[in-house]
Amino acid sequence: MDTEKVKADLEKALGPVALKSVRSSLLVENAQDLPKVAKFLKEDAAYRLDYLSSVTASDFIDYLETVYHLYSMEKKTGPVTLRVRVPRTDPKIPSLVSLYRGAEFQERDNFDLFGIVYEGHPDLRRIMMWEGFEGFPMRKDYLQEDSETLESVDVEWLEKNGVKVPEAAKAKAVELRQQGKRALAERRVEDKG
Amino acid sequence: MALAPNTSQVDDGLKNELAKKGIVVTTLNQLYNWGRRSSIWPMQFGLACCAIEMIATACARYDIARFGAELFRPSPRQADLMIVAGTVTKKMAPQVVRLYNQMAEPKYVITMGACSIAGGPFIDGYNVLRGIDRYIPVDVHLPGCPPRPEALLYGLMELQKKIDGQQIETAEWYQQGLKREYPIPEFGPHGLIPKFNPEVWQPRENDLRKERYGQPIMIGKKTKAPNLDVVAVAAAPKPAAPAAPAQTPPTPGMA
Amino acid sequence: MNKTFEAKDVNLAGINSSLLEVNIGPQHPSTHGVFRMNAVLDGEVIVSLKPVMGYLHRNHEQIAENMSYAASMPYTDRLDYFNSMSNNLGYALSVEKLAGLEVPERAEYIRVIMAELTRLINHIAVIGFLLNDLGAFFTPVLYAFREREKILDIFEEISGSRMMCNYLRFGGVKRDLSPAILERIRGVVTAFPRFLDEFETLLTKNEILCMRCQNVGVLSPELAINASITGPLLRASGVNYDIRKVDGYSVYPRFQFKVPLGPKGDVYDRYYVRILEMRESLKILDQALNTIPAGEIMSKKMIPFLKSPRNFKPPVGEAYARVESPKGELGFYVVSDGTPQPWRYHVRAPSFINLTILEDMCLGQKVADAIIILGSVDIVLGEVDR
Repeated sequence: MDTEKVKADLEKALGPVALKSVRSSLLVENAQDLPKVAKFLKEDAAYRLDYLSSVTASDFIDYLETVYHLYSMEKKTGPVTLRVRVPRTDPKIPSLVSLYRGAEFQERDNFDLFGIVYEGHPDLRRIMMWEGFEGFPMRKDYLQEDSETLESVDVEWLEKNGVKVPEAAKAKAVELRQQGKRALAERRVEDKG
Repeated sequence: MALAPNTSQVDDGLKNELAKKGIVVTTLNQLYNWGRRSSIWPMQFGLACCAIEMIATACARYDIARFGAELFRPSPRQADLMIVAGTVTKKMAPQVVRLYNQMAEPKYVITMGACSIAGGPFIDGYNVLRGIDRYIPVDVHLPGCPPRPEALLYGLMELQKKIDGQQIETAEWYQQGLKREYPIPEFGPHGLIPKFNPEVWQPRENDLRKERYGQPIMIGKKTKAPNLDVVAVAAAPKPAAPAAPAQTPPTPGMA
Repeated sequence: MNKTFEAKDVNLAGINSSLLEVNIGPQHPSTHGVFRMNAVLDGEVIVSLKPVMGYLHRNHEQIAENMSYAASMPYTDRLDYFNSMSNNLGYALSVEKLAGLEVPERAEYIRVIMAELTRLINHIAVIGFLLNDLGAFFTPVLYAFREREKILDIFEEISGSRMMCNYLRFGGVKRDLSPAILERIRGVVTAFPRFLDEFETLLTKNEILCMRCQNVGVLSPELAINASITGPLLRASGVNYDIRKVDGYSVYPRFQFKVPLGPKGDVYDRYYVRILEMRESLKILDQALNTIPAGEIMSKKMIPFLKSPRNFKPPVGEAYARVESPKGELGFYVVSDGTPQPWRYHVRAPSFINLTILEDMCLGQKVADAIIILGSVDIVLGEVDR
């Protein structure tokens, strides 16, 4: 669908809403305007975009972004894409669960993997990783652990459960703890000498 | 019945004579193992894609029932064989170990597919366990992605050969005080605690990936923000202006 | 002593009961994979049901961000491991949209034939498993897999592997179909309706199926649209939305087929919609096999990249393409930054989103009904957890 026409209609109907056309999608500059925009697109008789197909999050180093693809099942018309950008340090976007129930699991998934907090979500907790996992794995600054090196917390657990740990592994774990480092499998690309 | 070597002291000719009269001469070991290997009951434990090939093996064309293994029990207490078919993730690993502990002796494990042997194609993930043999002992490894049903039958036959070679006198489960139960890992903030059980599995000394790539996995995240507001030339598959590595946020409309 | 026991003899008001919390899964014969449901029961009636997933989370998206575009194609096979060709088709369409590639006609026809064969193998296996959940232990699965094996033989001859086919490429398909293979496919398509008739004779008017499946797990069309449900689950509730008709991707507009809709939206309707969809797929296959043109199978611009896929750099931009996979709308969202690896790659998985209303459908039903409702939603854990 033509983004310029959608933008014009939205500005006429909703008044002061900051929108920008980015690459055949509409960037909603202020995240708090998102529910208003979505509600208009869902209920307006010319659009009737009642089907939220996909909620995707991405990490562009300077900001985090969520992209919404909206379709209409009634009129069988094609996608209107909305985009919201938030800074990394305090990523908060209002949730669309009250309008589209289908966003429920997808927003939980984005919270789990990227750390974007959706305000107003009825049950925002981790869905793919276990409760107690720290970190947001799909962000570009997440570093994975090295699964072949035992750390001191592993050695303590094994000894508590009566398993014998070879001396070399124990020494390495003690060394890592003294240096205050974790056993990481990934390094930043700039670290390569 | 002739899979185990004939270690009896009875002459073959005498055996044949007796067999014609309806008397069979064998060792207790052979009889015991023949009974055990011809009626292995697997546990239904399909995790991922390899489970579909396991179901196909149990269906009419490949028919695992002719090997005696047709009854797939849902409960671990009633099964002797656990076929770990599919990727074992870190979230699922404690349940696998718990189920192994709940099986009664004698128990065997076949890891079916590359994922449960060593992580498979998903080896570089933050949630993928590199092989279930880090926590429990495995009897037969069966490579493939997914292994064909005939390959699973071959793996079952190899397990049958292994069972034929076991002796009652030295069987582990008849020794006093044996409890083959392994500690169940817990969820930590970044992975499982412990990462592996050193009594069951040790990592290799020379990690080839560390030598070749400088790190043990092939994941490297891009650190420079891309310049996406450059509009590509319409309908031409030539790549547009390449993404200039920008340290500052990209200004819109930059050519 | 002939005293009959009547309900009024028991004083129900004096019985003290509390809610029971039961964990169904992740290792369970009927949960179609490692899927867990936390159910709170009042007697046998479900009061609340929360799904827990992530036991097969294999970080498919992170892996794709580190590989070239063509190297992610085998990983898409493993997403919905029942239907590998549909996943390949979705990914190929999204990258072709990103890079502006044209696909030759013969390749489009081949893709449609593969997609419809995949729909056949998925639907019969799902019906087989649904009956497994009902209690007909394994006999319908044996019938279903007998036919599935015949189609898997065709896949093996074309692409080399029964299940993880990796057959489609950006701009076409990998290998051409010889006339002998087309004859074999035609043989399968001609023999399939007789098998479907036999299957239906045993099942459609079966008393146990009717009594246990009708009016169970009813889903209203308004809730279905609001919860982003797609696929046979949506069409059984009466909403006419089939992406093959709406978007008209590939060469589907050239074929005539109907879209079956269900009246009520219960488990029986979902079963019957799948049977009817199989018959429509056979019609599409018939038409495609009769009118397949001769020609090339690979776009000219992509031929140099077949030998060196790491040089394929699509232009900067993003694309979202969707296909009607047998389970629903499968969408792929790809963002390219001009390098051989994508910046972001996301899969819109139908099974994951169709689970949103599992709780709504199961409230007030018994535990045994919850199992068959889950069977009719048709989930595959590779897709739910990606």
